[in-house]
Amino acid sequence: MEIKKITIRGGIGKDGEREKVQEFELKMGDIISIVGPTGCGKTTLINDIELFANYNTPSQRQILINDEPIPDDFSFDPSKHPIALISQHTNFLSDLPVGEFLTIHAAVRGAENAENIIEETLDFANQLTGESINRLTGMTELSGGQTRSLLIADAVIIGNSPIILLDEIENAGIHRTKALELLKKYDKIFVFVTHDARIALLSDFRIIMKQGAMQKVIYTGIEERRAAQELKKIDDVMLEFRRLIRAGEEITEPVFNENIKNLVYNNI
Amino acid sequence: MKLVIFAGPPTCGKTTVIRQVIKRMEVKKLKTAYIKIDVLYADEDEMINKEFGIPTKKIYSGELCPDHCNVVVLDEAVEWAEREGAEFLFVETAGLCLRCSPYVENSLGIVVLEATSGMNLPRKIGPMLTLADISVITKIDLISQAEREVFRYRVLQAAKDITVVESNALYGIGIDPIVKQIEKVQHIDFPMFLKGNPPVGTCTICVGKKEIGAKNHFGVLRTLDSDLFYVGE
Repeated sequence: MEIKKITIRGGIGKDGEREKVQEFELKMGDIISIVGPTGCGKTTLINDIELFANYNTPSQRQILINDEPIPDDFSFDPSKHPIALISQHTNFLSDLPVGEFLTIHAAVRGAENAENIIEETLDFANQLTGESINRLTGMTELSGGQTRSLLIADAVIIGNSPIILLDEIENAGIHRTKALELLKKYDKIFVFVTHDARIALLSDFRIIMKQGAMQKVIYTGIEERRAAQELKKIDDVMLEFRRLIRAGEEITEPVFNENIKNLVYNNI
Repeated sequence: MKLVIFAGPPTCGKTTVIRQVIKRMEVKKLKTAYIKIDVLYADEDEMINKEFGIPTKKIYSGELCPDHCNVVVLDEAVEWAEREGAEFLFVETAGLCLRCSPYVENSLGIVVLEATSGMNLPRKIGPMLTLADISVITKIDLISQAEREVFRYRVLQAAKDITVVESNALYGIGIDPIVKQIEKVQHIDFPMFLKGNPPVGTCTICVGKKEIGAKNHFGVLRTLDSDLFYVGE
């Protein structure tokens, strides 16, 4: 099935009231964010999308693909599953070596050239991590950052899913700007659950959540796009400090001044 | 009477799945009775009776293996459920060595497996999985989607015709497809027959010989390096 768009129809919030956002659509190439305080139902929303909710989850939402609801049996064959959910898990529970796990997953997904795909997956993951992942390592031995990197790479390349849901990729200690950059090369729908201002402002639009309900949709305008550019500078400076600290450097006054000198506030 | 037998390793979420299923049976006005077979302790029957007001019962297998106990008492359990006016009897077994299979011909066999239990579980449990009609995979929220896909693959490798249902039973997600299958179950026939052959059950250890070592026993035996062999009449 070729996916052109998905539609999310609102249900009810934690108080049982109808959600203010009654419907929104995602088309191929869209990048959107879901934002709101902890516990407001962001993860529940992407879980509903991933489960193709059809009034059968507590939120009473409905998900349509190309304007059609999803037949019950369709949801249960993962090899046809067009949605990859990268959850907040920072550890695997599978007692298999990385190589074997990826080989099985590639087979489940019907990959034709499994060897190349596994290689590409590990390359992608290793661009996001500090220390490289190798095939013989047990899945359960990977660090939090390595786990998230592998999950993202696996979903994009082995899963090759047209719709990718990412739950708070920023708090996994991975190179998130690099992740965004790599992800943008693939023509997919990306839905980020995030607390990160930059990821939110680089999205086409964002859904604001409160009390388990979608409150409003904000489209990213020209002003916000400019703001995102300015935030990028601050962000890059922070990342550079992180890199220096990780590399064992000292943040002396000259090092500090050198790094913040480009941070001239531009009035947007 | 329509019979649904739930099996699965301890703490895999059988009772949680059953509670969610009963909740939906109630909505559909389908009369269900519930029986729990456990070894030494169970309070699920009281819990379910309190929550739904349906007839419940428990049986302690004690010195018997719970699945052995199931075979011995199931006909009376069905009669009990009939007297209680139920259309469906749900049996939850504690199944211990996991080598047995408690499923009865014409019943619906449901094996509950937790997604977190390791990729080799489907290969370890034999007929409890391979003779079941539905495999409910619980606790899917605790593992990644990629792991879910690989776990499901391992289940289907072990039991290729089984219907796999992934469920987050705590939140009632993935329960509807189970109920749909339950509604399609046929009536059981008497006498009832087990679907599979249980492992050899009478042995010198069962009858009380406690000495260690094959040379002290007869019947079906093996040694460290040999396959099974038989000593005796």
